[in-house]
Order: sequence, then structure tokens, then C-alpha cells
Amino acid sequence: MTSDLLAGEPSVVTAGVDLLAEALAAQAVDTAAVDWRPPPAGTEDHLIRVAADPRRTEANAAAITRMLSSTAELVDVRPARAALGLEPGHFLHAGPPLSWERASGPMQGALMAAMMFEGLADTPNDAAARLEAGDGITLEPCHHHGAVGPMAGVVSPSMWMFELRDEANDGTSWCSLNEGLGKVLRYGAYSPEVIDRLRWMTDVLGPLLQAAVRRHGRIDIKAITAQMVQMGDEGHNRNRAGTLMLLRELLPDLISTDAPSSTVAEVVRFVSGNDHFFLNLVMPAAKLQTVAGAGIPGSTVVTTMARNGTDFGIQVSGTGSTWFTAPAAVPDGLYLGSYGPDDANPDIGDSTIAETAGLGGFAMASAPAIVRFVGGSVPDALRTSQLMYQITLAENPAYAFPILDFRGAPTGIDVSLVLRTGILPQINTGMAGKVAGTGQVGAGLVKPPLECFTSAITALAEAAPEVGTV
Amino acid sequence: MPRQLDVRPGVYLDSVTLMQVSSDAAALDGVNAAMVAMATELNLGLLAGMGFTAPDTAAPTDLLVAVDAVDDDALARTLAAVESALTTRTAGPQRPELGFGAAPAPHTVRAALDQSGGTLALISTPGRYAFLDAMDALDAGRSVVVFSDNVPVEQEIRLKDEAARRDLLVMGPDCGTAVIGGVGLGFANVVRPGPVGIVAASGTGAQQLMSLLDGAGVGISHCVGVGGRDMSAAVGGRTTLDALDLLDADAATETIVVIGKPPADEVADAVRDKAAELGKPVLIALQGPGQPDLTATAESVVSSLGREWSEPQWWPAPTMRTGHYPHIRGLYSGGTLCDEAMLIATETLGPIRSNIPLRPEWDVGPSLRADGHAMIDFGDDALTAGRPHPMIDNSLRVERIRAEAADPTCGVLLLDVVLGHGAHPDPAAELAPAITAAHTHAAGDGRDLAVVVALIGTAGDPQGLERQAAVLRDAGASVHLSHSAAVRKAVELVADPT
Repeated sequence: MTSDLLAGEPSVVTAGVDLLAEALAAQAVDTAAVDWRPPPAGTEDHLIRVAADPRRTEANAAAITRMLSSTAELVDVRPARAALGLEPGHFLHAGPPLSWERASGPMQGALMAAMMFEGLADTPNDAAARLEAGDGITLEPCHHHGAVGPMAGVVSPSMWMFELRDEANDGTSWCSLNEGLGKVLRYGAYSPEVIDRLRWMTDVLGPLLQAAVRRHGRIDIKAITAQMVQMGDEGHNRNRAGTLMLLRELLPDLISTDAPSSTVAEVVRFVSGNDHFFLNLVMPAAKLQTVAGAGIPGSTVVTTMARNGTDFGIQVSGTGSTWFTAPAAVPDGLYLGSYGPDDANPDIGDSTIAETAGLGGFAMASAPAIVRFVGGSVPDALRTSQLMYQITLAENPAYAFPILDFRGAPTGIDVSLVLRTGILPQINTGMAGKVAGTGQVGAGLVKPPLECFTSAITALAEAAPEVGTV
Repeated sequence: MPRQLDVRPGVYLDSVTLMQVSSDAAALDGVNAAMVAMATELNLGLLAGMGFTAPDTAAPTDLLVAVDAVDDDALARTLAAVESALTTRTAGPQRPELGFGAAPAPHTVRAALDQSGGTLALISTPGRYAFLDAMDALDAGRSVVVFSDNVPVEQEIRLKDEAARRDLLVMGPDCGTAVIGGVGLGFANVVRPGPVGIVAASGTGAQQLMSLLDGAGVGISHCVGVGGRDMSAAVGGRTTLDALDLLDADAATETIVVIGKPPADEVADAVRDKAAELGKPVLIALQGPGQPDLTATAESVVSSLGREWSEPQWWPAPTMRTGHYPHIRGLYSGGTLCDEAMLIATETLGPIRSNIPLRPEWDVGPSLRADGHAMIDFGDDALTAGRPHPMIDNSLRVERIRAEAADPTCGVLLLDVVLGHGAHPDPAAELAPAITAAHTHAAGDGRDLAVVVALIGTAGDPQGLERQAAVLRDAGASVHLSHSAAVRKAVELVADPT
């Protein structure tokens, strides 16, 4: 405050010429120097216009308040047909909008699997031909329906969905049920075992979960997520504690349904045998949080990061539903079996909604064991979370990291801060094989392309008044 | 001849540091040319001038290392020296090795303020970005000193309006000096604490005033730099008016002085109205024809406090001035001092050519050379592009001293030498040999070249005031702590040699 300015000896933060920092050090003044670097060439005028936008401070504060206030309760499990009004031939997919022609191997494979699962095609070739012809086929991003899907994220009418509510912001979000690892639709596999599993999930898993959830009543997913990040999960590539806590919550109600004990056992074995089961609940919870901050003019907060296997796309609060896309990168990580970097598809999936909400790569400090799965070292994990504070506007006290003295998750990625610091959001991700039908080939680390952020700042600047006109 | 160009993406060092690394490298044996610089448009142009072609992808975020040497051995030695200098810089005292779990270095002012709990920000990033860094400080609820220049005026206004909204202060842009709570920011002399609060729209002007007051035993409570443009019609004295309120409320301040260039009329009125409202005496001493110079202002302040004023110390030249001194050539590092010199000298000498002329028709032109009286501000933006400020690096002035020594129309060399934190650690060591050589050269041509130095500094400055004065004097200069006295000495020499 100005009134304090002259009150005593200041401690000074310096940015720029080292000589001036040295001059302060020579006076034994308490100083801290910024490791400053220029923003990418061509962005400076846009950054200034956005920083000068008189709406910015309040718009961002509003976005953050809404995001932090969001709740996430599992309220129901229903087929996409009922939950989202999907008709036969209508498929949702991960990431920004995409055509069949531009779709990558795993995305094409997943759509083919969904065609066969829905009975719209008998063979993979038949499915591919019909998708290529496009008659009666509609492809849309999950995000356009408030839904999210991991990896290929393909949702078809018969698939069962978790339905979550954010009562604070009156939001609803959906996500499919997790199929497990290995050869699964979301990684682009379409073999008979994949289709059989999807059928079992529709016939057995979905209805039993629905019965249990309805018996139980709402389940607070945000509370489980808060606990899991204190138990070594980061909510994207490690969901072990979350999965078990969900099962703990649901088990009495699963047993209390009319289903035979052998069916209950089958379901429990499936859920507890898949450490990623809870990912599909973290994701819609994260979606509820981030979408709560969407659509506020002047806000520079990223509300979506998502990939479709071809493009990486982001959405920003102040620019509404506009996608800023660029070619997705191939993750860098660890491979299963004999797979290697040549087998990996570019980045794919809506699961980056976890990072958009301050989890996943942003929460690595709280999940040091993750480095055995995605690569890197424990100091890297600690450093990564701490770096993310430099590109986010707030800390989420709901998701606290014990190792960082219970500091809240870095929340509210700011487009301007990403460009100014050169620090890109850190994403933990699975890797799909690039050939349709392969399935998962590994897991690793990836970052969004810088171009998503440079395009976003251009659009934000265009929507902001010229400096000096307000 | 062997040469090498490296482009290193993502490595950033500030231009002052890099210019030092460059000039150290260029000075090594066997080096024809060396440049270590960020790949800005300007630097890419300079690089092309050295005969190097940078890749099209080179951007201002990339570091260029270009060396042209006489042989492979010299090339390798120079590259190694550059490497070592860069390593020292990037791993300097500000960036201790990161330990396990340590927070990474802050990349924004906001992050640094969060991590350190700092109470004030000092921004000296390039002017095209400085708005972002200054806004960061305001967003974090801290006042900010913007040392950077070349910040567009509409951005200055936006920053100052934001500061007003948040009850904060923006000092600058182009704030060369400030003293807040005893801490010197930017180029700052070491001054004793005391009752005088200064509001300054001029950096070297404030340094002169504070140094003279300190020399007279009168201390400073705070010096709030406001930036050279604050009292313009466009900016409207936004910071000046707030600074007056702050100093009025400050317990340590007994009397207030406002210095700077003549303001826009309506701003002058607003400042006067504000001053009249305050409970403390305010001396408004703005530079201009017929106005008191900075030394006279210092005297007024000292007298108003009931202290005795004596003329600031000076050291006469070691030999008698006996020659004929045709014209003054003023070689300045401080723009305000250059301006004050012209205001004083023109009364006696008439037209004075300059790159910052009193009248447009007295513009010296791009050569910076004139047959008559001339005063050059080597700290002007146009002359500091791509090289360090003359308060840090005297090489341009040394070169000019050599040229003037060979010019029979030059009778008196008038120099300002500014001491204090941030300034060159030993300016006399660079200037004294040049002065001695100039004397010798001129004497060889049968001329006595008079050298008059205005030494701006205090007894507490790290360079050592007495020592600097002695070295400059031993080189043949008369040395004056009062700038206006130095100018008058120079004028006296050309008007009436004694």
C-alpha cells in the first residue's frame, strides 16, 4: 500500500539488469531477482493489451472464485442415450473437433470399435468404410456436451456414463466408465475382446453401478479426490487410492442390490483390478470445476485442455467456446513391453482436464511414485508442481499437497503467464499406439504446443480495448 | 579467418551484462570482433555488419554468440572465455544451486514477490515488455520503480491509473534514481538520512541535488522518482501529486523539493495547488531559462532549514590555465546535467549545438560534431541503443575525448562523472588516462586543452569521492562537486581566459 511505502526499508524484487540488483545487494538490501526472459516474439503487444484490459483482474477473480467453489457429486449412472440424448450414429470423441479423415489411428480404431459395439457395422473394415462415407454419422467433441472422455474418448449411445453435478455452479458433467488398461477402445483397440468387454460393461457393470449409486445417494467425488492427492495419487495417471475409496463407498450398496453375489464379485473384481477406474470420475469433477470459470469476458484463464490424437486444443474463459489448436506432440515416457517411440501416437484424450483443474502433472509433487510410470525423478516431480504455481492464478485449498506443506493445487492456468514465463503446463498421460487396433503402448509426460497459447493471446487481445482507450 | 556463430534458444541475459561479456571478449588477443547478445532486430543488424548470417528462425529469446578471430587458437580461447563469463552470470549469487525440493527460480515479478515477500519491485526490463512486469507488481499489491525507458506514454498512464486504483505508486518509467527508506534504487548515491523529501522527474538532477545536500550535511528522507514524463500534459503529474501527499504524511520528511523539467502549464498549476494544501514547506524548482540551477536549489533548501551554506568543494586544475580556449565541448552522461549546462552557458555564449538542443535550430545533426560550442548527451536513447549507458561504460566518451584533442576548435572539455551505486565502479580509471593523453596531444599541437569535470557524488559512494577527484585532477582537470560551478568555470575559460 502506498501509505506503507515510506514506512521502512523496503525489500526489493528486481527484474531486468543484473547490475541494478547488484547495486541493491551492495547496500545489503534484501533482494530477490526474477529469472526474467522475453515472451515469444510477436506476443508482446498482445500480452500488454490483455494485461491492460480493465476487465482482467475482476474477470479472473470471478473465474477463480467459481472454479474453487465448484462441487462434484456422483448423482447417477446412465446410458449416454438417456444422459446426453445421443442417437445411433452419433459419436462423441476427445479433444477439439475432428473429421474422420484427419483422425489418428487410435481415434479411428476407437470409432470403429464403437460402430461394431453399437451394431452399426459387423467388421472393422465395414466400420471404417461407413465412417469414411459418413452417412448417418455425427462426430462431435465430448466437451461440446459437457462431457469428457479419456484417450480417444469415444462415447456412443449405448455406453454408460457417470453423471456428476456441481450444485454451487449448477453444472452437470459426464464421463464414460473406465475399461481398464491394455487392449481397450479408448486406446484405439477394436478386437472382439474389446467389444465383449464393452458389452459386459453395458449389460452388467453399468446397471449394477446405477443401482448401487441410487441406493447410496450422492457420492462426494471432490472429497475423494482431495483424499487421493494426499495418498499418492495425482488423479490422472495414478488413481489407485481414489479407485479403492470409491469402492469402499459403494461396496455395501453393491452387495445390497438384487444382483447375485457372483455378479457383484465380478463387478468388484473389475473395479478393484483397474487402478484407473476412478480417472473417469476425476475427469468430470475437473470438468465441472473448469467449466465453472468459463465464458467470463476479459478472463485469461484456461478452461479446457484436450487432445484428439491429431490436434491439441485449449479453450479460454474470455473467448468462450473458441478452440485454439495446434498439432499435438508425441509424449516422452516409458513404454510397455517392446513398444518404442516409433509406435506412439501423438497426444490424445480429454484427461488433460485433470491438469486444467490443477491435478495430474500439476499435482506430481503429491504423487512421487508416478515417476516410475511416466518417467523422470522425484525431484523433478517436486519441481514440476512448484513450477506450475508460476503459471496459475490461485491455489485450491480443497486439493492440498502434504509434501509442499499442504499448499493447494495450482489452479487457473493463465494464458499470459504461460507465454511470459515460457513454462508450459505439465501433463502426465497415457500413450496410445499410432496404428488403429494396437491399444496402449506406454505412459509419459507431454506439454501442449506453445501455438495454442499464442493464438489464444491474439484472440484475447482482439477482444480487449486498445491501451489508452478506456 | 576462423569465425563461429552459435544461436542458443531460451538463454536470456540482460543487455548490460551481455555488453560487458561482449566487450571483454572483443578485447582478448587475436579477436577481430565478438558479439554476445540476444537476437533482437537491432543485434541481428549488428551481426550482419560483422559479416555473420543468423538463421531466419533467430528470435529475441535466443542468445547469439559470434566470434571472429585471427586463428583457431584465438577462436577457441575466446569461446571458452565467453562460456565461462556466461556460466558465472547464469549461476551467479542470485541463483543458488537448487536443492532437493527447492522452489524453482521465479520467472515473473509476481512469483518473486510471492516467494520473497518483497515490498517493492524494481523493473529494468526492455521498455517494450516493462509494462507487463510493472503491472505484475501492481497486481501483487506492491508499488514499483520502473527504471526502463521507451515505455509508450499510454502504457505509463494505464499503469499509473491502476496504481491509483490500488493505492500504490508507480515511479517511472525512465526513473533513473530513487531513494526509498534509505535504499537507493537504480543509479543512486549513498546519502545520509535527513529531513529533505525529494520528488524528482529527473534522475541525474536528483543525484546532483542529493549529493550537494549530503555534502552540506543535510540528509534525505526519501527521493521519489516520478519519471521524466510524469509532469507532461498527457500524464498530468499523476505520480508527482501522489508523491507530494506521501511525503507530507511521512514523519521523517520536514521539507519537500520538487525538481524536473518545466511541466505542462496545467500540471504546474496542479502541483502548485497541491503544494499549497500541504502542511510542509514545498520548494518547486523546475529547470528552465531564468530558473535557479540545481546548486542554487540545494542552497535554498539548506538555508530554509536554517543551516549554513558554503560553496560545494572544488579542486582547481593542477596547472595554470594560460591558453586560448575557443569553444566548449560538453560530453555528458546525464541528460538533465547536459540541459542545465546549456541553459547556463547559452546566457554568455549564445548558440550551443546538441543532440538535445535548447532550440531545434541548434540540433548538432547525426555527426554529433560542430565547429562551435557543443554539448552532447551520450546517455540519450539514440546513442545507447546496443551499448551500455555512459554512466556504466565510458568508451564512447573516451573516444570522443581523443577526437576533441585533435580538434583545434576545441578549447574546453566539460564532463560529468556520476558516482554511486549502479554507476561504473571506477570511472576515473577510464577517463583520467584519456584526459592525460588529450592534454599531451593538444600540447603537441601547441594548445592548452582545459578539462573541467563535474563530479556528482557523495563521501559515502563506493567509488570514493576524494579518490576519484584526485585522480581526475592529477590528470589535469579541474573538478567541481557543483555542476553549475563546473559549467561556469568552463564558460569563464572560453569567455575570458585567465
